[in-house]
Amino acid sequence: MGKDQIRFDAIERDIQQASTLEILEALRVALLGKNGTLTLALKQLGSLNASQRKPRGAELNRTKGRLLALLAEKKTHLENEYLQRRLLAERIDTSLPGRTTRRGNIHPVTRTLDRICSIFERLGYHREEGPEIEDDWHNFEALNFPPHHPARAMHDTFYFGDGRLLRTHTSPVQIRSMQGGTPPFRIIVPGKVYRSDSDQTHSPMFHQIEGLLVDEQACFADLKGTLVEFVRAFFERDFEMRFRPSYFPFTEPSAEVDIRWNSDRQAGWLEVLGCGMVHPKVLANCGIDPERYTGFAFGIGVERFAMLRYGVRDLRAFFENDMRFLRQFA
Amino acid sequence: MKFSENWLRSLVDVKVSREQLLDGLTMAGLEVESVEALGSHLQNVLVGEILTCEPHPNAKRLQICQVNTGADEATTIVCGAPNVRVGLKAPLALPGAVLPGGVRIERAELRGVASAGMLCSARELQIDADASGLFELPEETRPGQSLSEALGLPDASIELKLTPNRADCFGMLGLAYDVAALFDAGVRTPPCVEVPIQGDRHRQVKLEAGQACPRYLGRVIEGVDPQAPIPTWMQQRLWRAGLRPVNAVVDVANYVMLELGQPLHAFDDDRLQGEIHVRLAKTAESMRLLGDLDVSLDPDMLLITDDHGPIAMAGVMGGADSAVQASTRSVFLESAHFAPASIMGVVRRLGLHSDAAHRFERGVDPELPSRALQRASGLLIAIAGGKASAITVAEHPQDIPSRLPIRLRSERIARILGVLIADPDIERILTALDMRLAREQGAWLVVPPSRRFDIECEEDLIEEIARIHGYDRIPVSLPVTSGRVVTEPETRVSDSMFRNALCANDYLQAIHYAFVSSASLETWGLQDASVPLANPLSAEFAVMRTSLLPGLAASVQANRNRQQSRVRLFELGRTFQRGADAAAPTEIESLAGMVVGTVQPEHWHQPLRSVDFYDIKGAVETLLALTGEPGRFRFEQDNLPPWLHPGRGAHLLADGRPIGALGALHPQLLSKLGMDGEIYAFELRLDALRERSLPKARPLNRFPSVRRDLALVVNEDVVWADVEQIARQAAGGLLVNLQLFDLYRGQELPNGQKSFAISLILQDSSRTLTDEKVDACIQKVMDALLLGVQAEFRG
Repeated sequence: MGKDQIRFDAIERDIQQASTLEILEALRVALLGKNGTLTLALKQLGSLNASQRKPRGAELNRTKGRLLALLAEKKTHLENEYLQRRLLAERIDTSLPGRTTRRGNIHPVTRTLDRICSIFERLGYHREEGPEIEDDWHNFEALNFPPHHPARAMHDTFYFGDGRLLRTHTSPVQIRSMQGGTPPFRIIVPGKVYRSDSDQTHSPMFHQIEGLLVDEQACFADLKGTLVEFVRAFFERDFEMRFRPSYFPFTEPSAEVDIRWNSDRQAGWLEVLGCGMVHPKVLANCGIDPERYTGFAFGIGVERFAMLRYGVRDLRAFFENDMRFLRQFA
Repeated sequence: MKFSENWLRSLVDVKVSREQLLDGLTMAGLEVESVEALGSHLQNVLVGEILTCEPHPNAKRLQICQVNTGADEATTIVCGAPNVRVGLKAPLALPGAVLPGGVRIERAELRGVASAGMLCSARELQIDADASGLFELPEETRPGQSLSEALGLPDASIELKLTPNRADCFGMLGLAYDVAALFDAGVRTPPCVEVPIQGDRHRQVKLEAGQACPRYLGRVIEGVDPQAPIPTWMQQRLWRAGLRPVNAVVDVANYVMLELGQPLHAFDDDRLQGEIHVRLAKTAESMRLLGDLDVSLDPDMLLITDDHGPIAMAGVMGGADSAVQASTRSVFLESAHFAPASIMGVVRRLGLHSDAAHRFERGVDPELPSRALQRASGLLIAIAGGKASAITVAEHPQDIPSRLPIRLRSERIARILGVLIADPDIERILTALDMRLAREQGAWLVVPPSRRFDIECEEDLIEEIARIHGYDRIPVSLPVTSGRVVTEPETRVSDSMFRNALCANDYLQAIHYAFVSSASLETWGLQDASVPLANPLSAEFAVMRTSLLPGLAASVQANRNRQQSRVRLFELGRTFQRGADAAAPTEIESLAGMVVGTVQPEHWHQPLRSVDFYDIKGAVETLLALTGEPGRFRFEQDNLPPWLHPGRGAHLLADGRPIGALGALHPQLLSKLGMDGEIYAFELRLDALRERSLPKARPLNRFPSVRRDLALVVNEDVVWADVEQIARQAAGGLLVNLQLFDLYRGQELPNGQKSFAISLILQDSSRTLTDEKVDACIQKVMDALLLGVQAEFRG
């Protein structure tokens, strides 16, 4: 009995001192395995007489309970230690850059163009496109530029040998759309346009967005409201704006829109777009009764808006395709 | 149009400030482009007359002048100007004057001689840019008179940027009517009255050019002195309009042109022979213009001729032989109406610009010639003397544009503008603009003045009302619509979807000019069917691009030259092909990309790998996948375009139609382009990729799938596409996926052989597959591959 107790005490000490889960498991087997000390001691109970058996059994069960609890506790402790060690060993430098597929981005002109179109799409306009190589009728005559009209001189036109030309504005798409449908119209026409003019502030190719609304009640006040809303939405702030009388053969009355611009580089009125009420001759040229329908149209220079919005200083940068420039518009 | 502010104010009596005047002009559609304030700091600056000039004893370049300032005693001034001389009248700034540049004039001692002020150049006073010497004042100025008074200062030189419709504002009078309407003032019209007829020299005029010149007035004035000084006010007005005085005859003609808008021309009458004819040029005719410019004339050019030959290009420029000179004694003054169409082409073709042509090509009031001729005769005789003969008038009345009344409805004004303007306001505006009105029921009949030939219809009148009323007084509203919502079809692949797919793959979008040099297309072998421009900017931009690739290659190269070793660009835009016969050129929506360098940027844990064919193919496959039906497309390795490496390129077919190509650029092309390294590119036409099917949901298969792997060894010349097709066909309906997961060449295989490792995933939609069925299927695949590509199986 005393001998047993000494052994159990020794095991208990060993358990407490066990440094690995393997040692702990070996101790568990030595105690509780098939031939474990405690297993054997419990087996021997049967050979004792009844008066000895009862106290002896109770004592062994107490010992067993105590040692089992100790084993469990030690196991949890060691597992926890293991985990801590493993976690420490698995520590990495999370500040290293992640693996990724780098993204490219669209061109700033496209970005601006999409943004402008989406503003008008919210106002119910629908995108249309048209050919870049046009005939004289669509680019000029139908838009009320008769041959030899002085306004043609403002459009430095690229011609082809057969009299066709590169469109000088997106306005011919007005004609194509109106000829191909019936009012009401609300269209927005983005695209490339061409003028044979090239210097620091003129590019022989640039992008324009034409807007056209034809309906039974469209008026100049609506045109003003539409463009005020557009400019505010595009720049996400209010501007002092003015509508200044101007001249385009295909609108009457016509206006240029100026916004009051203040930046470190320029301050004052800045011309941003041209617009007007669709000329009755243009409606008539498209088979639309100008007595029943009225409309307005506007033309937006995309590069101009991109320059203002993103602080681009040189128009030519848009077509040089320097990656260091393009990357800035991610 | 450039003019003196004071001149304008002399024609229309407005009390507003300069700032208000300028703002009013701009907001009425007469945009002020620049303003130059003149002589606004001229207190204590007088007209000085130089009485004596003596050399300075201590300075070679200086003169000591006694200057008459109107006082009893002369003032001593030391001066170094090259044109200082006795008798000259020049501005004298007295002590206390502060010149426009901020220089304060004090008594000073110059090398021992006291100077009580400074004689000034025009630039020092900011009257003119001339700094070459003292500003020589006209004879008629009085010593001691304040310079401001003598020169009509302060003033401003105002330049307007006129729109093409406002030809009438190339005359001060036209401008005056707008200003009068804007500020509710009256116009003082200059006196245009006939002079006494004292001479009897006449020239017959014959009109032989129909509509090009329906009206021509002329008169001889004998005994003029072109060297007579013109009055200071006229000189200043010409100067401030940007014109240099020439001689009295030319100056008067210019002055009347500026004042009324009618260009005039004066010939030396003694150099003319016989009758004046207005006719078109004959073939092979030529003439010498002012400035001794020889031009050969085209048959559509309008000429003024005498019996001897051409004496002027009508409305553009006079001839050298008949030009008015200092010695001229008799002039023939021309005041005619030339139609814009007859002038426009000429000016452009010959690159000739003149103030007259500038006006005639925009249009001049056809009723003006007579008044202008009277006005000019009166001024000329008053300044340069001479006696006028009666005016010769030649006219084709049927060709002179006439005015019909325009009906203007009040209801229409409100409808177009969206604001109600009261009838009296409308009437006031139109009347102030010199229009005649007749009231009708709810409308007016309006006859605009003859100089406003730009006003043709009701909307033109509405614009007049709106701009004088003020665009800023029109309210702001949003349109109501009766239309339907139109949306982009969901089955269309949009440009932005293509762009996003490439951006996700680290491509940057580029945009190039749509015209290129034909040499660059030839370098690429893409010159066929290119469309040349008739008037390109330069040979560099002479033809429309047939492909996006030359532009991309140029940018790839430019970026590499800027130390970028990894370049990935794409462009989405149109390419152009000549149409058949007279048909319009075809515009093809194209998408192209070009890459060079490593697949990914350098990274601490990823090996660097340069792009190869399969990267560019992957980019293309991503685009094809946008259609939702990648099976419609096939890559083939034959019939490659000339720009591709023949072994590393493919062309792409959609439903059997060629739609593009991709691969490595041909090494010969690279060397012609001066590029090195391996560059990969693709170009597709987008029309074949625009449609995608609407997704259709299917029930999910609930039976397990089985994966089997095969490793097959084939000869090197066997291509994967054949292997895949054979395997798929043999596997039949059970196959849900087939994947190539390894390609091996090397030591374990004989030379000239390679091994494909493929996985097949089989699944039945109605039951769990048995091993027997799977085995049978795989055996079929193996048999087919053995038969088709002599495959041997490993492992």
